[in-house]
Amino acid sequence: MHQSGADRLFEVEPLRSYLLNVLRNIQMSEGYISDEKISLLAKKYDVSNVEVEGVVTFYHFLHRKPTGRHVIYLNNSLTSVIKGYERVKESFERETGALMGSVDRTGTFGLFSTPCIGLSDQEPAALIDFYPFINLNAIKVKDIINSIKQGASPADICDYPADNIRYTPISGSVFFSDFKEGISLVNAFKLSPQEIIEELKKSQLAGRGGAFFPTWMKWDATRKQESTLKFIICNADEGEPGTFKDRVLINSQAASLIEGMIIGGYTAGASYGIIYLRGEYFWLAEKLNTRIQAYYQKGLLGKTIGGKDGFNFDLRIQMGAGAYVCGEETALLESMEGKRGEPRTKWFLPVEKGYLQMPTIINNVETFCAVARIFEKGLDNYCEKGIPGSPGTKIISVSGDCSLPGIYEIEWGMTVAELLELGEANDPYFIQVSGPSGECISMKEKYRRISMLDLLARKDIRCGGALTVYNSQRDLIMILSKYAEFFKHESCGICTPCRAGNYLIERKLDKLRNGLASREDLENIRSWANIMKASSRCGLGKTAPNSIILAMEKFAEYFYKRLYHTDNQHEGIVAFDMEAAISDYEKYKN
Amino acid sequence: MAKMVTIEIDGLPIQAEEGQNLVYVAKENGFFIPSLCYYENMDPPLGTCRTCTCRINGKPGPACIEKVREGMQVEVNKADLVDMRKSIIEMMFSEGNHFCPSCEKSGNCDLQHMAYELEISHTRFPHLFKDRLIDYNSKRMVMEHNRCIKCRRCVEEVLSDDGKRVFMYMNRGNETYVGIDYEQEAKLSKEQALNAMNICPTGAIIVKGKIFSKPFGQRAFDLSSSQKNYGKKPIKLSRGAVMEKKIVATASLAGCFGCHMSLLDVDTDLLDLIELVEFNKSPLTDIKKFAHRCHIGIIEGGCSNDENIEVLREFREKCDILVSLGECSIWGGLPAMRNTVPLGECLEEAYLNSFTNDPAKSTIPYHEDIPKLLNRVFACSEIVKIDYYIPGCPPSASHIWKAIKNLLWHEEYSILYSEFKYD
Ligand SMILES: Cc1cc2nc3c(=O)[nH]c(=O)nc-3n(C[C@H](O)[C@H](O)[C@H](O)COP(=O)(O)O)c2cc1C
Ligand code: SF4
Ligand code: SF4
Ligand code: SF4
Ligand code: FES
Repeated sequence: MHQSGADRLFEVEPLRSYLLNVLRNIQMSEGYISDEKISLLAKKYDVSNVEVEGVVTFYHFLHRKPTGRHVIYLNNSLTSVIKGYERVKESFERETGALMGSVDRTGTFGLFSTPCIGLSDQEPAALIDFYPFINLNAIKVKDIINSIKQGASPADICDYPADNIRYTPISGSVFFSDFKEGISLVNAFKLSPQEIIEELKKSQLAGRGGAFFPTWMKWDATRKQESTLKFIICNADEGEPGTFKDRVLINSQAASLIEGMIIGGYTAGASYGIIYLRGEYFWLAEKLNTRIQAYYQKGLLGKTIGGKDGFNFDLRIQMGAGAYVCGEETALLESMEGKRGEPRTKWFLPVEKGYLQMPTIINNVETFCAVARIFEKGLDNYCEKGIPGSPGTKIISVSGDCSLPGIYEIEWGMTVAELLELGEANDPYFIQVSGPSGECISMKEKYRRISMLDLLARKDIRCGGALTVYNSQRDLIMILSKYAEFFKHESCGICTPCRAGNYLIERKLDKLRNGLASREDLENIRSWANIMKASSRCGLGKTAPNSIILAMEKFAEYFYKRLYHTDNQHEGIVAFDMEAAISDYEKYKN
Repeated sequence: MAKMVTIEIDGLPIQAEEGQNLVYVAKENGFFIPSLCYYENMDPPLGTCRTCTCRINGKPGPACIEKVREGMQVEVNKADLVDMRKSIIEMMFSEGNHFCPSCEKSGNCDLQHMAYELEISHTRFPHLFKDRLIDYNSKRMVMEHNRCIKCRRCVEEVLSDDGKRVFMYMNRGNETYVGIDYEQEAKLSKEQALNAMNICPTGAIIVKGKIFSKPFGQRAFDLSSSQKNYGKKPIKLSRGAVMEKKIVATASLAGCFGCHMSLLDVDTDLLDLIELVEFNKSPLTDIKKFAHRCHIGIIEGGCSNDENIEVLREFREKCDILVSLGECSIWGGLPAMRNTVPLGECLEEAYLNSFTNDPAKSTIPYHEDIPKLLNRVFACSEIVKIDYYIPGCPPSASHIWKAIKNLLWHEEYSILYSEFKYD
């Protein structure tokens, strides 16, 4: 196991913040978290056993049962399914002798499925002992498993996923041009924190994690808090299926991320920064940590940074342990505190009481990178790109039914049609923007622009980072069922409408898939989805039903065709599959 | 003293101390906002159950996590909000496995009480029948995971003397449940254990030997509503229309005949009723075939076999109005206890592995002439369109007849709080 850089805490952090790391380490060395280990940890942290167990069972990379010497997580997201998940799964089962979701008899391999691992551009992909293996097929799987059986370490034989940067603006790239290290800091340090806020305001930079909250407001609110202890947190949880832009930024632009966070610290008066890196990106941690250590060596992290008297800034990585909801900023805070990743209520905002109840800025990877670029190349350079009201560029992860999946840095204002053409999507039919929690569009809307404008009028499309293409051969109801299933599993389970709602919607979609649904069922879906939207506790439950609501609007004919149709049915009799309903009993026919 | 502010609830200006909890302020001023996870002095509030969803300054959200502030505009009793809150309670019933008639907490249960208050006669959602364990392992308590609504009260409030949690969420998503720490639980005093049971708004935490301690009629929510004007205004009998004779049919599908018994339980009123209704196909008359079309069909029990389904479909075809009578008919009820277990396991337990069976002679009965058991018990509304629902196990006779008279002769009625029960 290599050094992830996650194995430290700041002196101001309590021991409990270390719990997730300890659990990860036990999981990796022993393959599971035993009862004995739980008791031991409970004693160490002076909490009850259930409290530790509650944390363990929340994260899907932590197991309570042995997982074998090598753990395989095969991505089962839709993109993987399109590219041949089934065959790859079978081949893993055949070669390892482990059925999906279990360990083989010799205890060598554990085989599990997991939603999107951030490699949608090179599917089917899997993590073996958390090292990436991409573009899998039956033969490749056979070779990999054979090598491991013969003693090869997954760390030595793994793939190095390409960045696949397919497009940057003709007018020059914001994010991927050569980054001259330290320049952004020199430029930012010439300004006062107040002036930095002004610059950000002019840049109109808004959060790239999907919510598009104006970055300057968040930073200013934190700056104004009186506390001497504040935190800058980078949300690198990137769990939205189909999104992989943060992966590429961390792999190729870690310097700009680090500098963006330092500027945040300087502006808000915070001396600690933490990058919360999703468990799936463990293979990026070492490289990222090396970059961080290089910054320490250059005197750009640590005490008196860049000669700026009294400005100290420390940075570390915190690894996640597998939970989509931890991308929600308050769930992320809970997770960093060594707890279950349950979103908090809005009783306090993170800028008031965030990590350890201290004022905290949480931003997406791309947001911090953009900040660094604005100070490196100047505000004018950034603002001349894009369109009025939506300056700059946006990184979009394109995947699914297209020939050129990968990263597209577009100027705001590009149309969906242009982007699809760049990606060589030949038969686009159903386009999912910003992942399952985002918005779906039909080809009637292909001339809509991608920008930060007109959200309410729904003229332009705000894209959080993913564009997933499905062609006309795909089963739309299957896609939506898969989304519902994803949310059902990934819901933190704490509030009713989301915990039960996603389950109920999934059931209705089953009915639709089996051809037994009526118009009333569609009406129900719409109405229940709206209940979830209005009453869920956090963004997960509020956005989970987005795609189904929109799909029913935009693909009304498709849904109509999938309904139960018959001429000779008495009014008031509900469609019912009798054969299926007696199938269990019929087994006793002799 | 804190600053006073003015807020508006449903258009009514209200003075309150700044920063007070909105649910509390509303209650003080006579506005009923349903709540389950909320209780006073809990800071920060839990905000898990979402049953207190209102509209605050134009945006939907739970009232219990709002501090009142100057100019706050709150909508509570708009039709869409009332319906949304109702739906969230309904969701809890369809998500859990709530068999009120066999529940120790019945009558003392906040969830059940909220459903009475919101006059929920049936859930709009299909019941999910997720299989859950019941945990009897701890010293003094039983964790009935089927009934837990994950409100978080026990997680936050029940601590052992050394400050450690006794309860904690396990898993996530739809697999979430509340785990109990046997070691910490054993340290609780008798009072602390009882407190845990009382703090739980449902029957999920039960202290062994402390159940059914109060008889019916003396339980917390048996007799009166916590809202001032529960139900409708006093009965106004409008016997304007001629009470012409109507034809009624009844059936008992997968039920226990308890609902039919209740139907007859109106003492001497029965004599008046006989004048007004003629029973056609019904176990009460022993008429097996529909002689003619009926004004109303009353169905007891859900569908457990294919014959139930045939009968039900025929009722739908032959009756103008179809009423689901009682819990079994509405969502499956007690027979649906088998729904969390595969049919095969049920049959093998009953016919092969049971204690009293002679293993050599035992078989699982199968013959073309006997009705075929369905994989699970289905609610009547999953098979045909149901027009009305009368809840109860069984529903009280007065509730049944008030409802039926209303349907047949449009006689206005009002259900008393004490007549509206699920057990
Ligand atoms: C369920 C859910 C998942 C989220 N996942 C992420 C994520 O993976 N990465 C991210 O940056 N933001 C995610 N967010 C948004 C964050 O809550 C937060 O808005 C964001 O990190 C703020 O940074 P920004 O202002 O730079 O966008 C998620 C939100 C929700 C509700
Ligand atoms: S909406 Fe879903 S994820 Fe968010 S708090 Fe509720 S249950 Fe948890
Ligand atoms: S009494 Fe309450 S806890 Fe018990 S079954 Fe009924 S609703 Fe559920
Ligand atoms: S056991 Fe009771 S108190 Fe605890 S979360 Fe469940 S319903 Fe709430
Ligand atoms: S009472 Fe408000 S969310 Fe439970």
